[in-house]
Amino acid sequence: MSINSLDKKSEKNSATTLYEKLWQQHIVEDKAGETPLLYVDRHLIHEVTSPQAFANLKFHNRPVRHPERTIATMDHNISTRSIKIDAAGEGAANQLRTLEKNCKEFGIELFGMGHKNQGIVHVIGPELGLTLPGTIIVCGDSHTATHGAFGALAFGIGTSEVEHVFATQTLRQTKAKTMRIEVNGTVGSGISAKDIILAIIGKTGSAGATGYVVEYCGSAIEALTMEERMTVCNMSIEFGAKAGLIAPDKTTFDYLAGKEYSPKGDVWRQAIADWKQFKTDDGAEFDTTLVLKAEDIKMQITWGTTPGQVTSVDGVVPSPDDFTDQVEKDSCSAALTYMGLTAGTKMTDISINKVFIGSCTNSRIEDLRAAAGVVAKYQAQGRSVSSKVDAIVVPGSYRVKKQAEAEGLDKIFSAAGFEWRLPGCSMCLGMNDDVLEAGDRCASTSNRNFEGRQGRGSRTHLVSPELAAASAITGHFVDLNS
Amino acid sequence: MEKFTTHTGLVVPLDAANVDTDQIIPKQFLQKTERIGFGQHLFHDWRYLDVSGKESNPEFILNKPQYQGASILLTRENFGCGSSREHAPWALEEYGFKVIISPSFADIFYGNCINIGLLPIILTANEIDTLFVKSANENIEITVDLANNKISCAEMSFDFSLDIFHQYCLEQGIDSVGWTLKKLDTIKAFEEKMPAWQ
Repeated sequence: MSINSLDKKSEKNSATTLYEKLWQQHIVEDKAGETPLLYVDRHLIHEVTSPQAFANLKFHNRPVRHPERTIATMDHNISTRSIKIDAAGEGAANQLRTLEKNCKEFGIELFGMGHKNQGIVHVIGPELGLTLPGTIIVCGDSHTATHGAFGALAFGIGTSEVEHVFATQTLRQTKAKTMRIEVNGTVGSGISAKDIILAIIGKTGSAGATGYVVEYCGSAIEALTMEERMTVCNMSIEFGAKAGLIAPDKTTFDYLAGKEYSPKGDVWRQAIADWKQFKTDDGAEFDTTLVLKAEDIKMQITWGTTPGQVTSVDGVVPSPDDFTDQVEKDSCSAALTYMGLTAGTKMTDISINKVFIGSCTNSRIEDLRAAAGVVAKYQAQGRSVSSKVDAIVVPGSYRVKKQAEAEGLDKIFSAAGFEWRLPGCSMCLGMNDDVLEAGDRCASTSNRNFEGRQGRGSRTHLVSPELAAASAITGHFVDLNS
Repeated sequence: MEKFTTHTGLVVPLDAANVDTDQIIPKQFLQKTERIGFGQHLFHDWRYLDVSGKESNPEFILNKPQYQGASILLTRENFGCGSSREHAPWALEEYGFKVIISPSFADIFYGNCINIGLLPIILTANEIDTLFVKSANENIEITVDLANNKISCAEMSFDFSLDIFHQYCLEQGIDSVGWTLKKLDTIKAFEEKMPAWQ
């Protein structure tokens, strides 16, 4: 039997969680007095968190142990207006060229500017079939949790760990606690995967899952498409989770079939048989469980400076008095000051002047279709982007861009006054020139509303692609269901 | 990595929860390809009034004269949340911090600190409150004794715990990559048993 976890399970004859099975499948060594050593199947790298790791390898004269298990892309720093490496400034160009040199020297495949597979690291992994169930995937980026949507144990790492994976193809990890998040029922009309995950974070708070690996389950999760599952798992880090997982099923296998890097032939057939075992057994115990009713989830908007500071579109900006915990009171008060908001203001009365549709959370084809669908409805009424709003749409990868253009989505956006850009991380973190000015208020489909995240003094409200698209046209948040 | 045994230093109390790594080191300073040059940009948007970092913000705690030379950062819960950027602990270390004391840390940040020899110490919320109260009235110094997992501050002392291997790596200044490379035979044996799709 090729699945280590099954051997262990039959020995113990006890129900185990998906996380436990992934853990057992990857233990290289678990020795008393040492942190367990786990095997890493896939290492994704980009220009920002890899140069110092490569430099240390060179200093010690160490090779990359498995260059074929490592894939590089350019995403964080790049311009979304030009595929020229120099287009995003000297510092970015230096980092991008350093990545090119390092990949060449160490024999790593790189999807550089202009390559048909280039894009945001967490968009291209899945769409190319590099992300597989039952594997461990790491990347020097905290949104690596995205790949957990396939039943892979996927998590972000620091640069020292990037170096460790380069040199050894392993990582030392302490075991996390397990949290089960069950979303049962059917979500209402217009409720997206982004609303589901923001509603979850609203319940747990921004650190509610620190020390945990989360497994999402329940009928509302099972009903999600792969891209929607990725949106949910992507934001696991935003409530502190080490990783987010969804058990692989037919939806997963159908998505992966025939992808460029997916296994083929007999290996594919064996893979499917093995992957079906990667699910939590009935009766397996979790350290903690949270249950939500899908019907209760409304369209979400963040009002503060952490993703947990979130409410529904028909809600109001809260007051520090609404919280009992002193830390939460203080955080609310500081957030209202930074965000320039007054307690009691209806969310739909908040005006915005910038819109960003993109990021590893919401830049896939289904996100762009959903946003374009909203835009098309307004266009039918003769409406376009508000004269007070600048709005950009940044597809997650070249493949997404090509598909969107084949479907004419770019024309819908452009005709309505959105700028249609080239793929990259863009305004999610603003390492390139896609930054907000102080005081700008942005409806953003990204994942972080931290102070200054999109530009010093900028104010970010995290929303779904549908709500971002509607806000661009009306100039304020709108309850699409009212 | 340098060995960590004991450390005595001045405490600076940063009374904020959920301090994310974007605050610790904003993205515009992540374009370096070297490991140095981050300390001057630590807490940039809080520390400086202007974008270029020339005008110091006198209200920010790290800029107050009595905290110059501090090497121990006292802070609130969920410190280091958000981005996995190791540039955050690099910046803290380069600024001069050796120890960070908090009721809780984000997981990736915590691991990054251990890997570079910056000691993250978790105390209870009550113990943290006690230290904040004390530091509000006077400058305090703390001594950290890693071997005994104890910190002391004047007449008070608190115990903390650390993963046994983390403790060993910090005390010995272990090169973790070199340590694992000694186990290549075990890794190879594991690889031989892996299914073809993995």
